[in-house]
Amino acid sequence: MDSRLILLLSLVASGVAALCSGWLDPYYYDVCISIGINIILAVSLNLVNGYTGQFSLGHAGFMAVGAYTSASITNALAVKFTGMPIGAAEVVFVLALFLGGLAAAIAGLAVGIPSLRLRGDYLAIVTLGFGEIIRVLILNMDFLGAARGLSVTWHNTNFFWTFGLASFAVYVVYNLVHSTYGRGFVTVRDDEIAAEAVGINTTKYKVIAFATAAFFAGLAGGLYAHYKQYLTPEGFNFFKSVDIVVMVILGGMGSTAGVVAAAIILTLLPELLRMLSHLPWIPEPVQPWLENRLILYSLLLIILMLTRPQGLFGNVEFLRKFMAARRAGK
Amino acid sequence: MSRTSGQVLVLAVLALGVLPFQQTWGAEAVIKVGEYASLSGGTASFGSASHKGTVLAVEEINAAGGVLGKQIQLITEDTQSKAGEASTAVRKLISQDKVVAILGEIASSRSLEAAPICQEAKIPMISPGSTNPKVTEVGDYIFRICFIDPFQGTVMAKFALDSLKVKNVAVLTDVKQDYSVGLAQFFREYLTAHGGVVAKEQSYSSGDKDFRAQLTSIKSSKPEAVFLPGYYNEVALIVKQAEQLGLKVPFLGGDGWDSSSLVEIGGQSMEGQYFSNHFSPEDNAPQIQSFVKNFQTKYNQTPDAMAALGYDSARFLADAIRRAGSTDPVKLRDALASTKNFGGVTGSITINAQRNATKSADILVIKGGKFKFMQTVAP
Amino acid sequence: MDITQFIQQLVNGLSLGAIYALIALGYTMVYGVLRFINFAHGDIYMLGAFFGLGLAPRMQRIFPGSHSIPGALAILIASMLLCAAIGVLIERLVYRPLRDRPRLTVLITAIGVSLFIQNVTQLLCGADPKAFPELIPVRAIEGLGDLTVLTSQATVILVTLILLFGLHFIVQKTKLGMAMRALSLNPTACLLVGVNNNTVISFTFALGSALAAAAGILVALDSPSIEPMMGNVPGIKAFVAAVLGGIGNIPGAALGGLIIGVTETLVVGYVSPAFRDAIAFAILILILLFKPDGLLGKSEREKV
Repeated sequence: MDSRLILLLSLVASGVAALCSGWLDPYYYDVCISIGINIILAVSLNLVNGYTGQFSLGHAGFMAVGAYTSASITNALAVKFTGMPIGAAEVVFVLALFLGGLAAAIAGLAVGIPSLRLRGDYLAIVTLGFGEIIRVLILNMDFLGAARGLSVTWHNTNFFWTFGLASFAVYVVYNLVHSTYGRGFVTVRDDEIAAEAVGINTTKYKVIAFATAAFFAGLAGGLYAHYKQYLTPEGFNFFKSVDIVVMVILGGMGSTAGVVAAAIILTLLPELLRMLSHLPWIPEPVQPWLENRLILYSLLLIILMLTRPQGLFGNVEFLRKFMAARRAGK
Repeated sequence: MSRTSGQVLVLAVLALGVLPFQQTWGAEAVIKVGEYASLSGGTASFGSASHKGTVLAVEEINAAGGVLGKQIQLITEDTQSKAGEASTAVRKLISQDKVVAILGEIASSRSLEAAPICQEAKIPMISPGSTNPKVTEVGDYIFRICFIDPFQGTVMAKFALDSLKVKNVAVLTDVKQDYSVGLAQFFREYLTAHGGVVAKEQSYSSGDKDFRAQLTSIKSSKPEAVFLPGYYNEVALIVKQAEQLGLKVPFLGGDGWDSSSLVEIGGQSMEGQYFSNHFSPEDNAPQIQSFVKNFQTKYNQTPDAMAALGYDSARFLADAIRRAGSTDPVKLRDALASTKNFGGVTGSITINAQRNATKSADILVIKGGKFKFMQTVAP
Repeated sequence: MDITQFIQQLVNGLSLGAIYALIALGYTMVYGVLRFINFAHGDIYMLGAFFGLGLAPRMQRIFPGSHSIPGALAILIASMLLCAAIGVLIERLVYRPLRDRPRLTVLITAIGVSLFIQNVTQLLCGADPKAFPELIPVRAIEGLGDLTVLTSQATVILVTLILLFGLHFIVQKTKLGMAMRALSLNPTACLLVGVNNNTVISFTFALGSALAAAAGILVALDSPSIEPMMGNVPGIKAFVAAVLGGIGNIPGAALGGLIIGVTETLVVGYVSPAFRDAIAFAILILILLFKPDGLLGKSEREKV
């Protein structure tokens, strides 16, 4: 099937889902939106960490830029145009989302261009530092609420925008990776020196990957802002970035489908652990160990890394060949 | 990635979204109350203190026969001190557990995230310790039983000017805590409007261990007192380091100081410092004494302000359910809103039109490692 | 500018920097031999302080009387040994099976280990901060005029110096130290000449963890409040210090720690405390842009 057709179908499905979501239990609705946002974050980070082989630990910083930018825009407009017709508000919302993404992409360029000559761990630590600097800056900006946080007036994020944009992110990343650019990314990852030797402008590819990823992180931030309706700088700290990196690694770096699946699983996992901690038959002494979900989460993380370092879905390719072989055998 | 598997996945995600999961519960013989608190993560020390108080209160209420002939079942969700977590937890409590009311949270940032959801679902929410005025502005289902920032900040500024007779006060704020930023703001406003001067403004972040740089520069501004609206973890270290650096002026703070750890960590240097609080543990009221005793028996530690607020939040709710005679949200809301002179361990609580607790603050001074009552300031 | 105040800030900065330096050494040594960032290192520092807290009453029985110097030393050494054991254990159980895997995998595992240690400590000891006992009498050293130097600050700087020299001796003069240096240059060649790489790596972890434990005890002497999350921020800053000095370079880590400590204190004291946590990263980014291998690091040309 043509990927554009799939995008179209996904968009239609998102629309249908949005229409039907009224029946959905608000808690499941909440979890689904988180899944959608995490898919955007993980798929975009995969472009940098997975396909281009760079190492960014600052994705939450870009998300913060997008979230705060779009929220400031809609908050400012919400005061001026209270009686806006529904359609107009949606347009403003989408514009705000894209401006948020754009701001994040500019931030991505600002970090990317100077720091991309660094490699591996150094780049990781610079992006980590950048994420922290953003957080500290917001913490000191009074007009963004500083530690008091920023309330977001509008609540426009729904199934259609979340999954529509998630599909869009998957579509863009998928097509980018399967284009000439994609071969550029992978070359940079596999052997940077050889790539340079054959005349590939590695910096260009890195910057494109960085800016695209930042753009989508900004979009995700905007969606988050207009769903949770409350932003605090602490929500975009180092651990948020780590959460996203874990999704990319668990998904098997460089596999979009794997990363999407990992984003779903890792969003559901804490909720499953939440259920587990409330089971009535759990003996008293074990209870606190289950209630602290981070203990189980970290243990699972360690075990998964030890047993499936290629990621949960690192072998999807292999599986597909296996299936093809079986079909051929029939 | 295979093209088809990717497509299937995208569709699967969408399919997952539309599946209507529903859980149904039979008629309950208990009253379900939800609680969300930071039991792990960065602010776990406050969240678990308030949680312990709440659990104790629920146990006591149930032991005394419950409310309306039913036992209270407390369902607690951990927010992990994480942004984004509170709203999910509260949605789960409301839609899955079908709780009749929600208790939480200590941090205003997480209360502000959850409050709109409670408001929309018309489930009363009672915050034990969120002091940001905005929390209850969310809507008519949101209540709080603690002071708000303007009150406490003003009380301490008044105390500095009128009782301590100091004019030149330095302010040291925890930029990471909205509580601290809020208190500092209202302290500054009152002080400067009534003839006082802010000698120096400095800040720190929760989790810091070394405050000598800030204190050295505060010392050079020669203040007569320092307003330090932080939490006990850092306050104890700050006051200790100030004494070591020879900055020997009175320190003033708010209810964030109230914890036995304050004196354990700060030791001798905490002597003679002042803070405003909900109650004085010295108070001989039988209710306070029995709370302190029961808390010590159960947890083997002295309750702090957060624990007392957590304790009161559950009892405050139970009282309203009794008066409402039902758990119907509208009746419960009205009962909560009409609470007058509810005798809590954190003082006599009357709910005002903004759904905030009006109660008087006690100003305490630390003497001999104990918090001694000095004066009461009415709102 | 008031010169006494400036010197005061400098002293404050040095004692803070000494702590960063001790933690940074562990990062840098592990990076030297294994080329990966041990994110759980900050938590070993936290464990060091908690072991000190647990050991203090027991040591009091062996060395009666408060503030006995042998008692304090015994606590320091015991806690260093315990943390060394934990460091070795973590390496053996978690990092060793991952040794040939991509660095990113190991890094994420390290973050998992870090979360695990923090949360288990929080569950076992409670989240509220604990008062650390005064192992040595903490007071201002007399005879310095307006300048305030505390006995605890002096102890931090002194013990750090002793440990640094001890480390220098181990790395430069002992066989294991030589093996460590050799391993960081070329692991395969090391194996060929009969070095037991596993032993050397275990030893490196033991050494780094012991230094982190010492940092934990020292910081608790100076600011006697400890809690399970205390390793996060110093951990990241110490890592920055290691990169600043040139990661893998031992004197570089010490220098980086001191620079970060002093700069942080000066900026907080003279410019604004608001950006404290961003300072370390701002320095880092500047250094990496202009001297990507750190101050003392050797430039490593990647070969085809």
